[in-house]
Amino acid sequence: MTGRGFLPALPALILLFVFFLFPVVRMLGFSLEGGTLDWYAKALGEQLYLRVFWNTFEIALLVTFFCLLLGYPLGFLMATTTPFWATVGFIFVLLPLWTSVLVRTYAWMVLLGRNGVFNRTLMEAGIISDPIPLLHNFTGVLIGMVHVLLPYMVLPIYGAVRKVDPAIPAAAAGLGASSFSIFRRIYLPLTLNGIFAGSVLVFVLSLGFFITPALLGGGRVMMIAVLIEQQVREALNWPFAAALSAVLLVFTFAVYALAQRFTRTETESAR
Amino acid sequence: MSRTPGRRLLVVSCGLIYFFLMLPLLVVFPISLSSAPYMQFPPPGLSWQWYERYLDDPQWIDATWRSLYIGSATAVFALALGVPLAFSLVRGKFFGRILIDRLALAPVIVPTIILSVAVYGLFAKLKLIGTWYGLVIAHTILALPFVVLVIGAGLRDFDRSLEQAAEGLGASRWRTLARVTLPLLRPSLVSAGLLAFISSFDEVVVALFLAGANMTLPKKMFDNILMEIDPTIAAVSVMQILLVSIVLVLIGRFGRGLKDSAR
Repeated sequence: MTGRGFLPALPALILLFVFFLFPVVRMLGFSLEGGTLDWYAKALGEQLYLRVFWNTFEIALLVTFFCLLLGYPLGFLMATTTPFWATVGFIFVLLPLWTSVLVRTYAWMVLLGRNGVFNRTLMEAGIISDPIPLLHNFTGVLIGMVHVLLPYMVLPIYGAVRKVDPAIPAAAAGLGASSFSIFRRIYLPLTLNGIFAGSVLVFVLSLGFFITPALLGGGRVMMIAVLIEQQVREALNWPFAAALSAVLLVFTFAVYALAQRFTRTETESAR
Repeated sequence: MSRTPGRRLLVVSCGLIYFFLMLPLLVVFPISLSSAPYMQFPPPGLSWQWYERYLDDPQWIDATWRSLYIGSATAVFALALGVPLAFSLVRGKFFGRILIDRLALAPVIVPTIILSVAVYGLFAKLKLIGTWYGLVIAHTILALPFVVLVIGAGLRDFDRSLEQAAEGLGASRWRTLARVTLPLLRPSLVSAGLLAFISSFDEVVVALFLAGANMTLPKKMFDNILMEIDPTIAAVSVMQILLVSIVLVLIGRFGRGLKDSAR
């Protein structure tokens, strides 16, 4: 290496090479066992496994949509309220973020189960006569994942709304624009990159999600990360797990690469 | 902001969303204090029985200690490697710097399940499964991006004229680093170390693969949740929430503000 200031990076680099880059490349290599692409053909060709990929995409898209739906108002309110309420808002967003995913998953099991808090309350209120299935299915996984990933949407949107010069909406309001048109014609276009950044982050994190689908899905909602774990630990099928990992990795990088392209053209056109 | 109907609607819907965010934390507290012999909500009465059960169970206590020291070792290790790395990335000028920057942040982009399976494969060969230092190595890789991001942000805001003044007054480079640069970076160092600690203390996916029979707290919780829903988990959860809250308060008090690093 040429230049200065490289040496301090060396110990960390060695660690990253030996215990991160090397094992990942080594494992991905298993997928090409025997010099054929058979394991990829299985992953992407068989109906059963295609369904898992499709499921994963569907859940990731829905999670992103709901996070945006719930995250935008929160980020917006936090960015436009008084400093005191913004701090309170931050605490309420960060406390769940830093609470273990396991604790939250456990709590959702208590809330959503057959005899859980929701079903009990609704039945006692006479709204329903039989418990609605909320756990060990698609709905349960969706609720759990939105809860875990919501803060990742709120923070970039908060940042984007903060950057909007308050004089612009104030001027629009002075000229008689309604709240809705101020939102649609000023905030929405000016915060698009925050929306975009948050959505990409949530979508990519959803693709590789493991704990929530494993616990709240109860084996009935198969996502790609759960399938990889099963292939390694139960089926002991390393080549297939490696092929699945490679596909997941390619998707993940593709989404990031696309996102970077978009943000680059956006900043260039802004100049 | 004026009190338009739109604004009022926003405040009300945000109240509901905050309720959704806090809901899991709100149910965990009462359940942990339940006097019922099984999962029941709302609890019929109050008791400390689940906390007692947690404290009396050597398996839980063992797992807690293990998580505490693995988290501490991870924080120390991640700082020892990550701080010099951040210096290199922010202040160095060398070929391949951007590539190394990408590599250092890659562990948060690569899905944890892939990292776990890959490291599991290697560690099985090296007979490192079930060792505490194996887990520390893997957790350090996951914690490095946090350290690089937080220390990197601190370094970018750093006023270098202070270092130039020290060197102009005759201090050596190492003395400047030890007496000027690092003390001024202390808030970032505190935040980075505590974030690295929490990231390890809460980590479950890597631990599921690498911990073997030596349970960490999250792995023990995962197994218990999978097996049965017992209110002991709620008691453990409350302890974990309290510990993380204390750490967050410490970051707020002595570290670089969370809002600052979020930007």
